[in-house]
Amino acid sequence: MGQVVNQGVLQAKLWYAQRISAMVLGICVAVHLVMIFYAIRGGLSAQEILGRTQGNVLFAFFYEVFVLACFIHAPIGISNILQETFPKMGIAKPAACILGILILVLGSTAVVGVYSGGAL
Amino acid sequence: MSSRPRLDSRAKSHLSYFAYACHRFSGLLLACFIPLHFLMLSQSLRGAQGFEQSLALTDLWVFKFGEWALVILLAVHLAGGLRLLIIEFGPWNGLRKGWIQLSTLFGIACGLLFLYFAN
Amino acid sequence: MSNTDLKVKVWRGAEQGEFVEYLVPRNPNQTVLDVVTYIQRKLDPTLSYRFACRVGMCGSCAMTVNGVARWTCRTHVSQIVQGDALEIAPLNNLPVIKDLATDMREFFNKWKGAVGFFKGEKTRYDDFAKVQPDSEERQLANAGIECIGCGVCYASCEVVESRQNYLGPAALNRAWTLTNDVRDVQQLERMRAVAGDAGCHACHSQGSCTEACPKSIAPTASIAGLKKLVARAAVRGSKWGKL
Repeated sequence: MGQVVNQGVLQAKLWYAQRISAMVLGICVAVHLVMIFYAIRGGLSAQEILGRTQGNVLFAFFYEVFVLACFIHAPIGISNILQETFPKMGIAKPAACILGILILVLGSTAVVGVYSGGAL
Repeated sequence: MSSRPRLDSRAKSHLSYFAYACHRFSGLLLACFIPLHFLMLSQSLRGAQGFEQSLALTDLWVFKFGEWALVILLAVHLAGGLRLLIIEFGPWNGLRKGWIQLSTLFGIACGLLFLYFAN
Repeated sequence: MSNTDLKVKVWRGAEQGEFVEYLVPRNPNQTVLDVVTYIQRKLDPTLSYRFACRVGMCGSCAMTVNGVARWTCRTHVSQIVQGDALEIAPLNNLPVIKDLATDMREFFNKWKGAVGFFKGEKTRYDDFAKVQPDSEERQLANAGIECIGCGVCYASCEVVESRQNYLGPAALNRAWTLTNDVRDVQQLERMRAVAGDAGCHACHSQGSCTEACPKSIAPTASIAGLKKLVARAAVRGSKWGKL
């Protein structure tokens, strides 16, 4: 009984975390889409990207928040899909963990990369 | 002799299910794409020139098509997600079918905008 | 064999079986229940099916008609016929006993499992409980209270199909109405029952239940209410205690 309740509490917390991160992502994605439309006019070069992001603390902060929200949101979603599609294979949790690590590590690296512009 | 019938497309041919399917599908593809996207951006650690060299890979048409598709998927997932947040956290006002129609238009609009702005 | 006959495919058998086609004369104002009754009385007395009130009050006659769960007594043939063809099968997601009759025990057991029953603490010696009809809780409860347990929502839900122990829209809807019943004293157990893998958070808001409900109840709304309640209870606690 205790284990069932703990499972329930975990599911509830995961649901909550995914929805809160969804709200954060709602804002981040909307802002990102607008910026992308603005930035891709006439093509987009590395120089142009770095010209905007290098040394820009606000951009770095915004995108790191974006990465963290993805880190929470995507693995929970993937875990749900895998758990329902392949319930007996037990790949939901490991796949979600791998995705989480990839997002966190690669994402933060990307943020550091565009902030520093390779000047590390 | 065959197995008893199961839920098929006739039971799922309604707008709200379609919205769910689009949201799930777009989310799945985005989850696959995001690590690659981050990987590409992290090439910026190589500095402007190194970054430019890795970005050159994206000139291939398949990447251009992929970028366009991903903008649409992102728009669809965002709009569908906002609809779910309203259903789950907002006051109940039906399955928000108007919102589904808006989301579809929003997805199309973003796709067109992308084509218009990109060269 | 006149050309106004309906070609009606009916599931015969149990989990294994086949669709058998019957020719049924077409009438104006004919319901699908009329069709099934005609087949059993005039064509094949071995056909098993359920009905009771035949006027849309009891929920016994629910079946899958052309792939969609409906009350057969309230479904006019003219509404759903495809050309001159009809396909009638037992409700989905429930074991088939025979032909069009399903075993509804798991449906009602899950109702119990979700603590979908009332328990108060007053006795006959206490004063009446006073519940404001226009209070927010009562209005939320009223929105879902008309459920007659027909199983149509349960039969329409893909999550029910894919998760064996998912409680399902009807049970969760009933749990929600009782959550909003200020007289009920089992709220903590109810919250615990509807949390978890098999509970409210498994719902994806596909909305098939809300689309299908013949009483225009929205289990999607009730489940959304439970999701919020349980999540808050898990994180911050509720007025009845922490999960």
